[in-house]
Amino acid sequence: MEKIMLKPENKIFKNLYNEHGWEIENAVKRDDWKDTKNIISKGREWIINEVKTSELRGRGGAGFSTGLKWSFAPKEVGSRPHYLVINADESEPGTCKDRDILRFEPQKLIEGCLIAGYAVNAHVCYIYIRGEYFNEGRRLQEAIDQAYEKNFLGKNACGSGWDFDIHIHYGAGAYICGEETALLESIEGNKGQPRLKPPFPALVGLYGCPTIVNNVETIAVVPTILRRGGKWFASLGRPKNTGTKIFCISGNVNNPCNVEEEMGISLKDLIEKHAGGVIGGWDNLQAVIPGGSSMPLLSKKICDTITMDFDSLIENKSGLGTAGIVVINKDQDIVACMARIARFYKHESCGQCTPCREGAGWMWRILDRVVKRKATFSDIDLLSDVTKQIEGHTICAFGEGSAWPVQGLLRHFKKEIESRCREEPLIKKKIDNPYLVDQHLLENKNA
Amino acid sequence: MSLKKVHDDQPKEFKFSSENLKKAEEILKRYPIKNKKSAVMPFLYLAQSQNNNWIPLAAMKYIANFLSIPYISVYEVATFYTMYNLAPVGKHFIQVCTTTPCLIRGADKIVNLCKEKISPRENELSKKGSCSWMEVECLGACVSAPMIQINNDYYEDLDEKSTNEILDSLIKDKPLKPGSYRGRKNTAPEKNQKVNGENHA
Repeated sequence: MEKIMLKPENKIFKNLYNEHGWEIENAVKRDDWKDTKNIISKGREWIINEVKTSELRGRGGAGFSTGLKWSFAPKEVGSRPHYLVINADESEPGTCKDRDILRFEPQKLIEGCLIAGYAVNAHVCYIYIRGEYFNEGRRLQEAIDQAYEKNFLGKNACGSGWDFDIHIHYGAGAYICGEETALLESIEGNKGQPRLKPPFPALVGLYGCPTIVNNVETIAVVPTILRRGGKWFASLGRPKNTGTKIFCISGNVNNPCNVEEEMGISLKDLIEKHAGGVIGGWDNLQAVIPGGSSMPLLSKKICDTITMDFDSLIENKSGLGTAGIVVINKDQDIVACMARIARFYKHESCGQCTPCREGAGWMWRILDRVVKRKATFSDIDLLSDVTKQIEGHTICAFGEGSAWPVQGLLRHFKKEIESRCREEPLIKKKIDNPYLVDQHLLENKNA
Repeated sequence: MSLKKVHDDQPKEFKFSSENLKKAEEILKRYPIKNKKSAVMPFLYLAQSQNNNWIPLAAMKYIANFLSIPYISVYEVATFYTMYNLAPVGKHFIQVCTTTPCLIRGADKIVNLCKEKISPRENELSKKGSCSWMEVECLGACVSAPMIQINNDYYEDLDEKSTNEILDSLIKDKPLKPGSYRGRKNTAPEKNQKVNGENHA
């Protein structure tokens, strides 16, 4: 197979590291807001078709076709207004791409909001930014103000005849608000607890009105796609996995970085060419989490040959997710790494569904026992069973997100786990307790 | 879910300053008139900034009245989200990210330094009362790991030496500047760096 590497002229985010200035004057020099009026004048159908032609898939994790999602919005505005909501609640461990778009390429996002808002009949857009990104939100507000000054937003935005306003809404440190319906609940002023689907937000979303929710990166690439054509975008990457993507490479690499690359680039190239290689050399690689902490890890053997796109990762029982790549080398305790991720999910479960609320804690406690070499062999089966009971039994995908990484660990590192387990339970005395509880909790006051 | 304890010693009264009242009116304009409740989260932030970075119960009652919603609707939001502090925190509030990407680059060493220099336990004010620290989940700056957030600012690419300097500067009440402590440009890959892991905590 031909080697995939992004040519400089095909780069969309030219200011990812702020080498050329984020202000609107500099952004316009990079062709932001070029022909926007012209693009909008071609009409909704043309825009949605062009996005469909580009085969753009959502960059927030699920990889759903963006053009298709937009076409779910009602064609005519009825008694209820339509809303566009941008998901900038980037909290997936390993992911920090949207932060750079908010800081250094805000005009791409703002222009994309206008075009997407027009395409789905929305006059109002809310950008939901995680609360920790306070400075990034302030930067985005400055950029929005600059766009208003130039009449790119507001009444008759950019001369298109479409009125369009953007508001920022800050989250406050809840990972679950990255789930689209939890995010809508949060904007409405409630606890961020996901809603049952259907009805989908495209029909019943924010304030009960039709709402399209998109990730920051998805919306930010739309203006460039429409300027250069859907076919251009589709010519990059692999079939059904088109275009470019910002990869965040963190963990045990020599030069951790964010980098825009073509979809379908090999993982090894990505790590060695952009991130300076694994600390201690490629042979020191233990595992890679390919798409943010929710995606099952890959063993070194798979990493040798895998390409980074939605479908090839699914074939290997993982997923591209947000493309937050966490490299773990052999100096790390892999079980401790995954136990920490399990603790993350225990902390972030919204508490609405029992399997997730309770199961996340069980997974963390069992893994923690394995790390401390206090687990028994039967705990492994119990752990595996808990992940199966969570998966598919919750309102939102958080259940899968917390269970899959543990399943990945069991799939690829079962021997490692078994080597730390023991036949006999640590606490041999059976306590006559009528309830099903973790026995060790009764005697371990620190647990 | 946030598991923070509500502070024992609560002020009896709270109301927005005139400056914050103006801000509150501006915030309300962002949302449809019949959906005033959406302003709960921004209002809680306003109350927090007005009250030395923590939210007393009186402020929740005040916001509930302001928006004509039940008190519990404000209380449940304030307790659900982790960024609302329900008890006093230091003037310099240090949040250490310890999720896996930071952990494997040495976040535990930063936690130890905080224990040593600020206070032995999380969410406990330092001796002079100007600092406090806590462990938090992923702050979304993973390629700049390990990192900490001090109030609103990110301090990135840390190691033990630079963390020591930053913590000392906070204790002296002269905080160092945020940003990368390896002198790199944002999230760009570094060139000519020492290899084999000599450049992180």
